[in-house]
Amino acid sequence: MTEAIEIEDLHKHFGQNEVLRGIDLTVGTGQVVCVIGPSGSGKSTLLRCVNLLEQPTKGTVRVRGVEVTDPDVDIDEVRRTIGMVFQQFNLFPHMTALQNVMIAQQRVLKRGRKEAEVVARENLEKVGVGAKCDAFPAQLSGGQQQRVAIARALAMNPDLMLFDEPTSALDPELVGDVLAVMRKLAEEGMTMLVVTHEMGFARQVADRVVFMDGGVVVEDGPPAQVIGDPQHERTRAFLHRVLHPEG
Amino acid sequence: MADEPKTAEPGRARLSPRKRQRISRGVQYAVLTIAFVALVVYADWGSLAQNFAQPDVAGQMLPELFTIALKNTVIYSVGGFAFAFVFGLIVALMRLSTVGPYRWLATLYIEIFRGLPALLVFLMIVFLPLALPGFEVPGGTYGQAILGLGLVGTAYQAEIFRAGLQAVPKGQTEAARSLGMSAARAQITVVIPQAIRIVIPPTTNQFVALLKDSSLVLFLGVSGEFVELTKFGNDMASTHANATPILVAGLTYLIVTIPLGYLAGRLEKRKGTAR
Repeated sequence: MTEAIEIEDLHKHFGQNEVLRGIDLTVGTGQVVCVIGPSGSGKSTLLRCVNLLEQPTKGTVRVRGVEVTDPDVDIDEVRRTIGMVFQQFNLFPHMTALQNVMIAQQRVLKRGRKEAEVVARENLEKVGVGAKCDAFPAQLSGGQQQRVAIARALAMNPDLMLFDEPTSALDPELVGDVLAVMRKLAEEGMTMLVVTHEMGFARQVADRVVFMDGGVVVEDGPPAQVIGDPQHERTRAFLHRVLHPEG
Repeated sequence: MADEPKTAEPGRARLSPRKRQRISRGVQYAVLTIAFVALVVYADWGSLAQNFAQPDVAGQMLPELFTIALKNTVIYSVGGFAFAFVFGLIVALMRLSTVGPYRWLATLYIEIFRGLPALLVFLMIVFLPLALPGFEVPGGTYGQAILGLGLVGTAYQAEIFRAGLQAVPKGQTEAARSLGMSAARAQITVVIPQAIRIVIPPTTNQFVALLKDSSLVLFLGVSGEFVELTKFGNDMASTHANATPILVAGLTYLIVTIPLGYLAGRLEKRKGTAR
């Protein structure tokens, strides 16, 4: 069976700055993989290379067997099948929640207005903001906005979902709602690649945890091993700082 | 000693800041009063009224003041504005293009037409048929006026749109692209609608500027049914050897421009709260 994501020898430079220095990573279909690591370690860049929001400098990325780094591949077509959730939500502020979830269905998948609305309402309901269909993003809390953003991605029936620090911009009391939605998705068998600082989520939900530092994968394994019993000194130091911030 | 106020120094008592402020304000009022009194005493009110405010001369301007002059001012301005709005958006998109030559062309256009007096552009349009024999601007006088105002307006509107497009966060494009929209689709559906909202206040100001520039249509040599407010006022002033029509034409501009100015202010304020 083809893997959901296969990354080989991925490099990304921004000028002189080498952000990714040879990443190999595979995500199997239905797997939940959490990427953890200190800021500046290249986690977000890695995620953004999967749907080519960043153009890799070197290496290959395959999504369900399709080599997205091949210039002949229609990237728009591949992106349709990859849902992405951003740290800053990036909802369209000039549209209501409902319109946010409908617009790409109509413009990209060419669904009719009625069908798009039915799908949009279903997904907004599913993430628990069904009552907020007519609200504009500015009228929603961060947690609600992020759940609308998840619904927007889900409405495209993606094969896999990318989450780029989805709870990092949220007030602490709103984090739980978003994580609950993500947990539900994981239980339904969605393939997920999640960049996160939520160790509890990673430990409970992830099939695998990947620890990155300095643009390379330092450790890759089941959460019990990477978080519970890290083999590398860098992983141990990072986890210690995250889990015991006051020393 | 630090605690002692400086003005308490014996023999060298200086004015406190508050006292100085009071004196300064008194002087300002005095100057104003003197100027006002001089104006009332020395101005020849009879002659001024005779020249600028003759009700019967003003009465003779009706109804053409509105049915022809104001109507044409509005047609020239709205036409030129529509031209500038459409092409301004195109030039702004070119200016932000990833294709170098488009960027250079757009920059060249903006620099040229922002740097030239609008009057000079109108004069060039007048001489266009000489340079290109047989060529005529479609739409006659209306076409010429709208072209002149549009060419200049496009340069300014393009800069307004460029600022608006750049003010839309990059994450908006990324979100649209990640949903499978093409670059063009993302611009049309997500970026441009937000940019237009951002540029509403400066665009309103731009429209007011364009409305005033429509007076330059005078130099196209228009007459009869094509005159706009300034030309109309000037013609009537010549006919009656009296300046009242110019004052009336001026007031008619203000009827349009002052409410628009307020509207721009209101929109600007709303931009701060809504969105």
